[in-house]
Amino acid sequence: MADTPSYDVVIIGGGPGGYNAAIRAGQLGLKVACVDKGIDGGATLGGTCLNVGCMPSKALLHASELFEMAAKDFAGLGIDVAPKLNLKQMMAQKAESVGALTKGIEFLFKKNKVDWVRGSGAIAGAGKVEVTAADGSKTTLEAKDIVIATGSEPSPLPGVTVDQKQIVDSTGALALEAVPKRLVVIGAGIIGLELGSVWRRLGAEVTVVEFLDRITPGMDAEMAKTFQRSLTKQGMVFKLGAKVTGATTSKKGVSLTFEPVAGGAAETLECDVVLLAIGRRPFTESLGLESVGITPDKRGFIETDHRKTSAAGVWAIGDVTHGPMLAHKAEDEAVACIETIAGKAGHVNYGVIPSVIYTYPEVAWVGKTEEELKAEGRAYKAGKFPFTANSRAKINHETEGFVKILADAATDEVLGAHLIGPSVSEMVGEYCVAMEFRAASEDVARTCHPHPTRSEALRQAAMGVEGWTMQA
Amino acid sequence: MADIMTPALGESVTEATVAKWSKKAGDAVRKDEILVELETDKVSLEVASPSDGVLSEIAAEEGATVEPGAILGRVTEGAAAAAAPKANGGAKAEAPKAEAPKAEAKPEPKPEPAPAPAAKPAAEPVLAPSAQRVAAENKLDPASIAGTGKDGRVTKGDALAALEARAKAPAPAPTPSAPRAIHEREERVKMTRLRQTIARRLKEAQNAAAMLTTFNEVDMSGVMDLRNQYKDVFEKKHGVKLGFMSFFVKAVVHALKQVPEVNAEIDGTDLIYKNHYDISVAVGTERGLVTPVVRDSDLLTLAGIEKEIGALGRKARDGQLALEDLQGGTFTISNGGVYGSLMSTPILNAPQSGILGMHKIQERPMVVGGQIVVRPMMYLALSYDHRVVDGQGAVTFLVHVKEAIEDPQRLLLDV
Repeated sequence: MADTPSYDVVIIGGGPGGYNAAIRAGQLGLKVACVDKGIDGGATLGGTCLNVGCMPSKALLHASELFEMAAKDFAGLGIDVAPKLNLKQMMAQKAESVGALTKGIEFLFKKNKVDWVRGSGAIAGAGKVEVTAADGSKTTLEAKDIVIATGSEPSPLPGVTVDQKQIVDSTGALALEAVPKRLVVIGAGIIGLELGSVWRRLGAEVTVVEFLDRITPGMDAEMAKTFQRSLTKQGMVFKLGAKVTGATTSKKGVSLTFEPVAGGAAETLECDVVLLAIGRRPFTESLGLESVGITPDKRGFIETDHRKTSAAGVWAIGDVTHGPMLAHKAEDEAVACIETIAGKAGHVNYGVIPSVIYTYPEVAWVGKTEEELKAEGRAYKAGKFPFTANSRAKINHETEGFVKILADAATDEVLGAHLIGPSVSEMVGEYCVAMEFRAASEDVARTCHPHPTRSEALRQAAMGVEGWTMQA
Repeated sequence: MADIMTPALGESVTEATVAKWSKKAGDAVRKDEILVELETDKVSLEVASPSDGVLSEIAAEEGATVEPGAILGRVTEGAAAAAAPKANGGAKAEAPKAEAPKAEAKPEPKPEPAPAPAAKPAAEPVLAPSAQRVAAENKLDPASIAGTGKDGRVTKGDALAALEARAKAPAPAPTPSAPRAIHEREERVKMTRLRQTIARRLKEAQNAAAMLTTFNEVDMSGVMDLRNQYKDVFEKKHGVKLGFMSFFVKAVVHALKQVPEVNAEIDGTDLIYKNHYDISVAVGTERGLVTPVVRDSDLLTLAGIEKEIGALGRKARDGQLALEDLQGGTFTISNGGVYGSLMSTPILNAPQSGILGMHKIQERPMVVGGQIVVRPMMYLALSYDHRVVDGQGAVTFLVHVKEAIEDPQRLLLDV
């Protein structure tokens, strides 16, 4: 009996969905275990986000941005420096930050009485989770409720085999030992453009090959166009509407072949490293789903209804379910899922989940794009404000980008906010709050904002919806 | 269990206001005991208990609007007062709820249920900044806007929708829709339905008719002498005092026969002449001015007229007037003199075309046969609808009235 510990909730996966679910369960007084094997056999919580995703990429984006700024912009500010890259130190500071964050989760688990059960979890029939430890030993946990939070992994591409040396995925691209002279990124999505930016700033020639004829699908088309122009100006080369057909590696490097989607002659690019970043797929294999009658869909996603799966007492959150594969979406679902299990009114507003690209300039948005509103046939008004007219941006010599607010033509309710420019990742939250409260653009326009700040652009753009932008 | 129903309210009356419950829920009531008073546009009426028992439920609170057939409340037969659930016993202290009459029968209340918690007074509505602006600029009552935002907050869209709904609603009465703030030394009282009807109808008359007033004066000596001579024997014979009103009714009927357009009314592009003489007599009551009708005045004797006016006046003061007592007058006499008025311009009682204003009798120096003599004089005013009655007709009418009062023998001879 001592071998089958019993819990109120067992969570499989210790990423942003899993660890937040575990903490919330602990807060609500549930007896909870979180099963996670750690990343790369390492003994760390936090899943992809903390270990090989959002966090390390932001560490490198921040450092590489300062490196490039030091080289290109400091002189203009009256600071003469000749920066020299110490990649080893840059990686070390990244590892140090990530280490501190993962330890932080361990601390939060202890604080909230969450048992971290090390190993791979799989459902073994109703109310049972079997944990296989690194040494192969098995333990069975009993649980009234089971939450699947196993996240996602990079999608593979036939003909392009990841070896994490010459052909890398996002994990490998965060740990290159040297700056490649030529880097080809497959996929012009968020991950590819962020990591492509890191290595371009550190010295690589970067070419991005994308199947679609636009970058960053899902982003408002006007923003995407502005964004692409900006990245191109920085030296990134785009090959759009191009289908990769194969990659061969040799001692000299990688030969990547692709052909136009619309038809035409194939091309070959020679490079040192290929980054495969065409998207991610849910991680739902070897989870024992069949033991409780759950069948993932063709693409591996688990169908849910308010986090409930088809099996009683089994829940799913985060990347394994439909919707954007974003840490904060998983976090929201985690809280709602556990609160529902605890008999409370868990709720996720899927209309207000922001997206951010942490490049330079950053792009951040929440709500509907103009294309979506047009497709819905919804009458809307738009207000725009460029950072060139914002005093703080001007003073800082960071005038790139603009803010665009979309609001219902009749009710003035904010339907979407689209921001491009430095630091907009920190600014979009204001519109998340506004939209959560179903604010009108006028509500933001009539709210005092501090001067001088970049946030004033948010207000001026809101004024623009009803045609009374004052500072442009 | 017996329902207390709203009775039929009379022709052309579609709704009534619950004026006053004389019993509260839980009180024992007897069959035919008056439980509740209703007010309509024209009359107030009382509704009695349908059976012995306990008033178990009040479905239409004071101030509620009800239609004929609507359930006002229920009486549980045979129950003892003490055992009855005090369904709404404590509700009196609260602001009267404008509760819609419940159309469908409710299940019988169980003996033990705790009273439903009184609805909490709604918390101050929370308006988004934009919604505040919309409400302030358009004088929308924030409490009247249904909020659809987070936790019931009022969004700009909600405020705009409320604004649109108001625009679509029929134009409100010419009173401002947003009640103005009450100052310390003011008091706000809801107009009774009767008062509202008076207000509306007076204004309608003013708006519809081309109304103007002609004046004359009458020497009351002749009527007063006649009255003094016969008042005792008149009262002894007829059991009613001989007043001036009966003379004026007779004089008016006499004049109406001479100038029939004053007894006519406009109907579209036609005139309807009335060959009957039903005189509305204005009577002041606590609730307001009512105008019961002395029917076929031309056929009544002076005594008959006095009796009829007396009876109608008592009914009016007691709130017992029936709808039919008030309908169908062809001309109105209003006596402001009883309150001391020396001169006034009465407003028509639509759709009638004339109204005679009587005033205070005052002794004044008059020149009679080259001599200044003291005479009891009264000013007369005739307001008339100039669309129907020409100036000549109006003046002639008033002169006929004057002559008949000054020389009552003319009435006898019909000249």
